[in-house]
Amino acid sequence: MHRKRFGKTMFGRQKKIPLNFKIGAAITGVMTLLILMSFVYTPYDITKMDSASKLAAPSLAHLMGCDNFGRDIFSRVLKGMENTFVIALLTVVIGTAGGIIIGAFTGYFGGWLDEVLMRIIDVVFAFPSILLALVFVSIFGTGRYNVVAALGVAFIPSFARIVRGEFIKYREMDYVKSARLAGVGTLRIIFVHILPNTLTVLTSSIMIGFNNAVLAEAGMSYLGIGVQPPDASLGSMLSESQTYLFSAPWYAVFPGLMIILLVLGFSLLADGLKDPAAG
Amino acid sequence: MTKRGKSVLFVSMLLTLTIALGGCAGDKEAKGSSEIAQSQTAAAADAQGSSSENESAAQEAQDVTDSHITIGIPQDLDSLVPSLSQGAGTQEILFNIYEGLIKPDSEGNLVPAVASDYTMSEDGLNYTFTLREGIKFHNGNPVTVADVKYSIDTCAGLNGGEPVISAFSNVESVETPDDKTIVITLKESSSSFLAILGTVEAAIVPADAADLQTNPVGTGPYRFVSRSLQENVVLQRFDEYWGEPAHIQDITLKVLADADSIVMNLEGGAVDMVARVSTTQAAELSDNFEVIEGTMNLVQAVYLNNKVAPFDNEKVRQALCYAVNKQEILDFVSDGKGTPVGSSMFPAFGKYYIDELNDTYTTDLEKAKALLAEAGYADGFSFTMKVPSNYQQHVDTAQVVAEQFKQIGVTANIELIEWETWLSDVYQGRDFEATLVGVDASTLTAGAMLSRFRSDAHNNFMNFNNADYDAAYANALAAEAASDDEKATEYYKECETILAEAAANVYIQDMCELVAVRKGYAGYTFYPLYIQDLSKLYITE
Repeated sequence: MHRKRFGKTMFGRQKKIPLNFKIGAAITGVMTLLILMSFVYTPYDITKMDSASKLAAPSLAHLMGCDNFGRDIFSRVLKGMENTFVIALLTVVIGTAGGIIIGAFTGYFGGWLDEVLMRIIDVVFAFPSILLALVFVSIFGTGRYNVVAALGVAFIPSFARIVRGEFIKYREMDYVKSARLAGVGTLRIIFVHILPNTLTVLTSSIMIGFNNAVLAEAGMSYLGIGVQPPDASLGSMLSESQTYLFSAPWYAVFPGLMIILLVLGFSLLADGLKDPAAG
Repeated sequence: MTKRGKSVLFVSMLLTLTIALGGCAGDKEAKGSSEIAQSQTAAAADAQGSSSENESAAQEAQDVTDSHITIGIPQDLDSLVPSLSQGAGTQEILFNIYEGLIKPDSEGNLVPAVASDYTMSEDGLNYTFTLREGIKFHNGNPVTVADVKYSIDTCAGLNGGEPVISAFSNVESVETPDDKTIVITLKESSSSFLAILGTVEAAIVPADAADLQTNPVGTGPYRFVSRSLQENVVLQRFDEYWGEPAHIQDITLKVLADADSIVMNLEGGAVDMVARVSTTQAAELSDNFEVIEGTMNLVQAVYLNNKVAPFDNEKVRQALCYAVNKQEILDFVSDGKGTPVGSSMFPAFGKYYIDELNDTYTTDLEKAKALLAEAGYADGFSFTMKVPSNYQQHVDTAQVVAEQFKQIGVTANIELIEWETWLSDVYQGRDFEATLVGVDASTLTAGAMLSRFRSDAHNNFMNFNNADYDAAYANALAAEAASDDEKATEYYKECETILAEAAANVYIQDMCELVAVRKGYAGYTFYPLYIQDLSKLYITE
């Protein structure tokens, strides 16, 4: 176990950058560029319909072909990636923030509050996050921000547990004890002294959490409760493309491929970060 | 840690693949049952060879004992009690289990069912029905006049409680002078009474039925066997049926709530027939299927809540009508198939249908923008359009319509909802701004399409409120009561015209109905009403 301060350069003293980190970085880099590009530019308007190019095969004009309304799939994939990415990112932000707050306090203080909160977390944890999100959405309605809120809440428990475990480990350490004796405030100990030490563990959880969020968003849009048509999401595109799987396979293949790449890139990155060779 | 990372990577890739190839997995599963289905067909063919002497020569069909068909339906049945059923998709199936005293045939004529004969008095107030001799319920009990009286009384609210069918509040009394005669007396004569009596809602059920919801008992060609909520309903041929018996013995109605999976389910062999597939779905199907074309007999429209702003403004509604290009919608959604309509009436209605209303609004974006500006919405506005997600045609149409509205600066945000949510929130709760659905007729009477637009109608979910309309409709009813059909028709046409001119809704089309049937099955019969007659299906080869 290499306990290393995150703040220092990641591969500063090592000889070799692990291969899976390189590949992961390359994939994620390209995907990020595409997503950034989609904020300002897509080749076509993603809702622009064109009856002449209904289900057109991939060509130079339409790199990934067209869907059943003659809309450019490449543009929609870009926009879909952006939507998926933004939702996954916000989900992880909510999950991490909530997880850190709950985990830090319960882990540091323990006691009855810890017991109560952790039992609640156990209950929440017992349900698959996508099921929880489904319940949430069926109460508050569909739509992108409800999906973010639903998934975010559903993601809190896993982060809270990880942070709590780390805090329990660190709260009895000598440097924490000395800080306490020196009269450092509790909040400062929690957020300035201990929290940075949990970042190594937290970083990989965030990456894994991000992957799960991408898949959860895709799943929910696939079920028709995430991003609403005519807006695009990788999941909803997969769902719409099912009918045309035989006659227009490109409609399903490209969104599917993008989900795989998005998740694969981050998984490899996370994996590379944790690799002992990296430490 | 690395190990864990790898396993997470593995799991997440697996999950992605699962989503990406979800369709294929379903395909595989389905293939298993396809083989079963095929072997059943083969078995059916064998059985036919041995029992051919018993076959009636008039029928090409094979009424073999183990014949079976699985039919995909877009939603679960909302009720198994005929008088409580709401969705057209429910009633079209219940048509096979229950029958009224009379029922519609495939041309829309009313023919005797539980009654073998009926006469109407001169003044149109008394209807005398003769009970069909030897007719039995699915539970084996003979149908008695007491059962008929009980059923009609329940619908008319004469057993205590509100009338279940609002038109039946017109029923004065139901009498049974002897054990095969039923006399229904009306408060005032009505030309639409018989048609309503012929709907499945007015079906005859046993007076002593314990709970029709769990154990439906009717007189139809098929009897209820079992039901698994949101999954399937199983029916079996009723061998003591009074009329021409059904051909296929076992029917499984499988709920395919996900419209995207219809082609998969058909190709994979999980279902043999789906009524109302989209043209794109039909185009996807292989040679193993035959696609039969008819009309759906409904009015697909963007139904507007006339009570909420900005749709309470007639100009805004008209602007939306001018923005819509119906032909373009048909081209995108159904390869140009379908009949554009301009009011709440579809062509199968014949004498009530006015084709010209379709030209009330021809696409004119400038005019639409001008109307919006007059109404104070020069910069456009945005609204939410609720669409039931189980009807792919409506979801597709909604996307095209939203794109067309965009051209006049109006943003329609599509919200996909479950059918059950649509029924409770939109239809009953009237909690919506706009919704894109199809509204059909349960009978071939003008009232079936038009009565809902009266300002005080219980099913006026669009909150349409127009004094002229109410007056015209009342006139039509009065003319009907006076048995002046010509005049009534005139008033009904006036009602339609008001709906078109006041732009009650953004009318689109009567959709073309495509039915996908696996080769080897035949006999699908179109009705001018929203009905699936399963008893006419048979196995060929």
